[in-house]
Amino acid sequence: MSTPPRTMFEKIWTRHVVTEGPGGHSLLFIDRHLLHEGSTHAFQRLAKAGRRLRRPDLTFATADHYLPTTPPGTPIADPEIRAMVASLDRHAAEQGVTYFGLGDARRGIVHVIGPEQGLTLPGTTLVCGDSHTATHGAFGALAFGIGSTEVEHVMATQTLWQRKPRTLRVAIEGRLPSGVTAKDVILALIAEIGAAGGTGHVIEYAGSAVRAMSMEQRMTLCNMSIEAGARAGMVAPDETTFAWLEGRPFAPRGEAWARARAYWGTLPSDPDAAFDREVTLDASAIAPTVTWGTSPEHAAPITARVPDPAAIADPVRRTSVEQALAYMALAPGTPLAGLAIDRVFIGSCTNSRLEDLRAAAAVARGRRAVVPAWVVPGSGLVKRDAEREGLDRVFRDAGFEWREPGCSMCVGMNGETGAEGERVASTSNRNFEGRQGKGVRTHLVSPAMAAAAAVTGRLTDVRTL
Amino acid sequence: MEPFRRLTAVAAPIDLPNVDTDRIIPARFLRKPRDAGYARFLFHDVRFTADGAERPDFVLNQAAYRPARILVTAENFGCGSSREMAVWALQAYGIRAVVAPSLGDIFHQNCFKNGLLPVILPAGVVGGLRGQLRQRPGATMTVDLDAQVVTAPDGTAHAFDVDPFRKRMLLTGQDEIALTLGHEAAIADFERRHLAAMDWVAPAPTTPSR
Repeated sequence: MSTPPRTMFEKIWTRHVVTEGPGGHSLLFIDRHLLHEGSTHAFQRLAKAGRRLRRPDLTFATADHYLPTTPPGTPIADPEIRAMVASLDRHAAEQGVTYFGLGDARRGIVHVIGPEQGLTLPGTTLVCGDSHTATHGAFGALAFGIGSTEVEHVMATQTLWQRKPRTLRVAIEGRLPSGVTAKDVILALIAEIGAAGGTGHVIEYAGSAVRAMSMEQRMTLCNMSIEAGARAGMVAPDETTFAWLEGRPFAPRGEAWARARAYWGTLPSDPDAAFDREVTLDASAIAPTVTWGTSPEHAAPITARVPDPAAIADPVRRTSVEQALAYMALAPGTPLAGLAIDRVFIGSCTNSRLEDLRAAAAVARGRRAVVPAWVVPGSGLVKRDAEREGLDRVFRDAGFEWREPGCSMCVGMNGETGAEGERVASTSNRNFEGRQGKGVRTHLVSPAMAAAAAVTGRLTDVRTL
Repeated sequence: MEPFRRLTAVAAPIDLPNVDTDRIIPARFLRKPRDAGYARFLFHDVRFTADGAERPDFVLNQAAYRPARILVTAENFGCGSSREMAVWALQAYGIRAVVAPSLGDIFHQNCFKNGLLPVILPAGVVGGLRGQLRQRPGATMTVDLDAQVVTAPDGTAHAFDVDPFRKRMLLTGQDEIALTLGHEAAIADFERRHLAAMDWVAPAPTTPSR
């Protein structure tokens, strides 16, 4: 008897169904639950309801969203922020959760340290109360962001009720040109399918360009799946994945590694597996990509010009582009290359790993930032490794500010934001109105493009430097 | 959770697509406790000027729409961040239902968990509803979860689909965790077999250091 061909998503899903519920819902077992300061609301409700954390051993916490990225020992000035961090400290200790807190070198952005610690493993289910949890799908895990009530549900039951999403295969075929990274690929994809293009779907990224990507690049790609509306993004595990994971602190070892490795080998989608939708991108046609508007779908090659809303037939879309351009203070037809920038941010769960910092440092080396430029490493270990390579020196010598790890200016929850009216070139994931501070205008770019903007003071095609 | 059955109320149109949860509630308010007055935080930076005055062009600042308890939006409303406070802010203002052609995935789930009914209807139908609401400011609509019907200001009825599980939870206002804990035997049994079959999933109790 032969089993019908299945997608990787289908294989992982099936393996985690505890029971079937009404209305096509499945109760899914959760292998990993990652927490951050925002999870304290759920801890409080759990305690109030008199419930216990079911699996402290499958629950891991860190402080990233609210902690300022100021030098170690700097007191947290804002009492509300201080209270958020203190609350997580207390709940993590009370519940016996492994906690990478302030002062722990392993502390960092939750989506950076999960993989770094070997907590993120192929074939597992992983959730976190943060929409960029899709990052972990780069390892062939089913990983997705959840709301605060769902966080509490996982705390209490180690499960979630889920309706099976549809599948979308995104094939990126061919070779990426020099100067083009996973960040450009994902921005180009979102421009193509739209910010709601993946709604209701789990994306599997495939194709020769994805196979050739490092784990860091695959994480960047999966990270922004939510920006295309998708619940999760995944890449089939392969030798690149296994080599990256082996020996990580929480990854299995010895015979357990061999058993895990055998299972992981069965995960890739079967050759004839059917996806609900398929999209193909030509890697060789992708250029360094920047956003010009207030949605990640407002993205274009750096060689393009600001679009003209008058040329858009659909009135809803036309109005939205008009509003975006008004907020961004951009006139239709303006070339994107050459736009004057006030500030640069290199960091976030999208682009704060060692490889990202190397790419930015390669551009910064021997040059000088002409606008304020921050580099915020994704974790204490990324920071340490970067310093061992001397990247901090490169950045400091070029006039960049080298900071402590955290989410920082990607989300601004810790009070680190731009000033009203500033135009920021940012390696983060959202160019929403007000995301990086009230009235701040964000242009999303890759790390190399962000460094290029810092040293020229303008959006600049990194290939021309 | 407050149950939802049927609501007849003023509805306000929001024509902008891709309204993200940062716009619904800016990040700096997320550290506020739930009793801190979330109604004021709703759409804060597009609803109020820097000195706290109402922006007259914002729909909920217009007298006819001010009592709205239903929002009728463009596509992908509630996209972006998973912040459940977006739903808290809508509820604190009094919004109990959002009618849209599509919603941000996590926001969509967060609505169900808090007793706010998300209704998905075809883009053409929702565009028509927004048109009626603009032409007749302050007009009321009915959202009937039991019957799964939205009744437009002009009386036209539009049937909608809703996940039967989520419908039952909304109608009864049942606590989902209590429901799931009712499956405790199945969870415990699965957990034992799963963690034995994938014995590398649960890390060793000692915390390794790198």
